[in-house]
Amino acid sequence: MREAAASVLLTVNGEAIRVKPGVTVAAAILTAGQTAFRTSVSNQPRGALCGMGVCMECRVTINGRAHQKSCQVPCAEGMVIDSE
Amino acid sequence: MTPGSSAASASSTLEGANIEARVDIAIVGAGPAGMAAACSAATAGSNVVVFDDNPSAGGQIWRGLGGESSEASESARRWLRRFRRSGASLQAGSRVIGCGPMPKSLLVESQEGVRVVPYRRLILATGARELFLPFPGWTLPNVFGVGGIQALAKSGLSVETKRVVVAGTGPLLLAVAAYLRTHGAQVSVIAEQASFGALAWFSRHLLRFPSKISEAVQLQSKLFGIPYCCGTWVESASGDRRVESVTIRQGQHRWIEPCDYLAIGYGFHSNLELPALFGCEIRRTAVIVDGLQRSTVEDVYCAGEPTGIGGVDLALAEGEIAGYAAAGLLDKAVAMQPARERWRRFAVALEGAFAPRPELRSLPQADTIVCRCEDVSWGRIQAKTSWRSAKLHARCGMGPCQGRICGPALEFLKGWGSESVRPPIFPTTVGNLTELEMRSSTDRGAGPRQAAHDPE
Repeated sequence: MREAAASVLLTVNGEAIRVKPGVTVAAAILTAGQTAFRTSVSNQPRGALCGMGVCMECRVTINGRAHQKSCQVPCAEGMVIDSE
Repeated sequence: MTPGSSAASASSTLEGANIEARVDIAIVGAGPAGMAAACSAATAGSNVVVFDDNPSAGGQIWRGLGGESSEASESARRWLRRFRRSGASLQAGSRVIGCGPMPKSLLVESQEGVRVVPYRRLILATGARELFLPFPGWTLPNVFGVGGIQALAKSGLSVETKRVVVAGTGPLLLAVAAYLRTHGAQVSVIAEQASFGALAWFSRHLLRFPSKISEAVQLQSKLFGIPYCCGTWVESASGDRRVESVTIRQGQHRWIEPCDYLAIGYGFHSNLELPALFGCEIRRTAVIVDGLQRSTVEDVYCAGEPTGIGGVDLALAEGEIAGYAAAGLLDKAVAMQPARERWRRFAVALEGAFAPRPELRSLPQADTIVCRCEDVSWGRIQAKTSWRSAKLHARCGMGPCQGRICGPALEFLKGWGSESVRPPIFPTTVGNLTELEMRSSTDRGAGPRQAAHDPE
C-alpha cells in the first residue's frame, strides 16, 4: 500500500502542478490558473459550474480517457489531464 | 453459489457476468437522507448497501467531511460517525445508471465497469441539484453555482483574496458567503432576489424553529460588513473568456460589480431521473410517497429532496422513516412522523419566501445560451411550444447532461414539464453498454434470472 503523500504531482495541459492529496481534478485545474475546461460546440470556453457531477461542463481527458467529470475525480500521482 | 443468495457477500461471476449477491436494502445516495436511511435499516440487522457517485459519504451538504473536518457541524459529525458504525456498507464512486436486466436489480457503474446488484428493497435518496436560470454571460468560466463554488472550495479550490459576488436566492447564499469569507475570499455583495417583504414573512416563520434561528445568528456574525441586498439580482455577467464583472439590478437601479468569481443559484431541483426510471409516480416536481416513504412502486421507497425540496432536517427525518419501514420496524418509523411534519412546515415557508421572481424570465436575450451542452440559444427555442419540439428541432437538452440544467430552467421560463427518462440516466461508454447487452442475453439463457428469485 502506498503511503499517504504530502502532495500529488500531476500535469494539467502540459504544465506540472503539485496539489494536496484529496483535491479533485476540477479544483486542481482551477488552482493551476486555467479557467476553460472544455470548448463548447460553438467554440466558447467553458468551466466547472455545478461542482457536483451534474452539468458535465467540467469534463476533461484524464490519462487519455475522455469525458471524465473532473469535479468527481480525486487527483492521483502522475495524472495527465487535458482540457477538451 | 447462486447470485441471488443474500447470504453470500462476494460477487459471483456467472459466465463472465458480474452479478453481485443480492442485498436486503439498497440505498441510492449517501447524503443525509441516504445515511439516515442506512442507519435505521441496519439496526434490524439487514444487509444494507449504499451507492454514491461521489468519493465519500455526506452528500452535497456534508461534502468532504470524511475526515471529520473541524468545519463540520455537530449534527454532521454525529451522523457521519453513526453511519460509519451502522454496519451499512458504502460503495463510493459508484453511479447507479439504471435498472438491471432482471426485476429488482440496479445497474451500477464505477471505474471498474458496470455491475448488476439485485435487491429486496430499494430506497432512493438521490438528492437535488441547483436550479440555474440563464442570463447573458452565465456560460463564462468562473461563473459557478452557489453550492457549486462551495463544493469546489471543499474539494481544494482556493478562494483566498478572490472577489466573489454571491447571488440568487435562499438561505444557502448566506451559508456559502460565510464559508467563502472564512476561507479568505472577499465577498463584495450578497444579491438575494426575494423581496424584503418575503424575507420578513420568512423570519416570522423562523421563530417556530429555534435551531434555525441560532444558525442564522451564527451566520450573521460571520457576515458582518458584507452588504445583503434583497430584491436584488444579477442581470448579466461579462468578461473576456472568464467573468470579470456583473451587472446587478435592484428595482430600477443598476450597478456594475467587478469580481473574480460569481456564485449564483436559484434554489434546488430534485433529482427525479432515477425515481422516474423505476416507475415511481411523480406529481409536479416531487415523488409521491405515503406516511412510510413508500413510493407507488412496491418495495421502492423515496426520501429527502426527491419527495420535495425541504433541506437537511426533513431529509434526515424522511431517511430514518424510510430505513425503519424498509427494514420492517414500523413502530419506529411511525414514531418519526411528527418530526417529518414539523420540517415539512419549514419547507413550505422556504418555498413560499424564495420562489424566483417573474422578472428573471426576461433576463435571457436572443443570443443567450439556454442549453449549455448543445449551445442552443434562447432565440432558437423561445417560440417553441413544448419541451419535445425544443428537443426535436433545436437539440435542446439532448447533450451529455441530458437536460438536467436546461430542463428545470425551461420549466421556470416556459412552464414545460420534463419528459420521460431513458436509461442510462448518465452517459456511459459504449463498451459498458455492449457488455451489459451481452450479459442480459446470457442471463436470459443461462438462468441467473430465475436464480435471482430464489424462495424467500
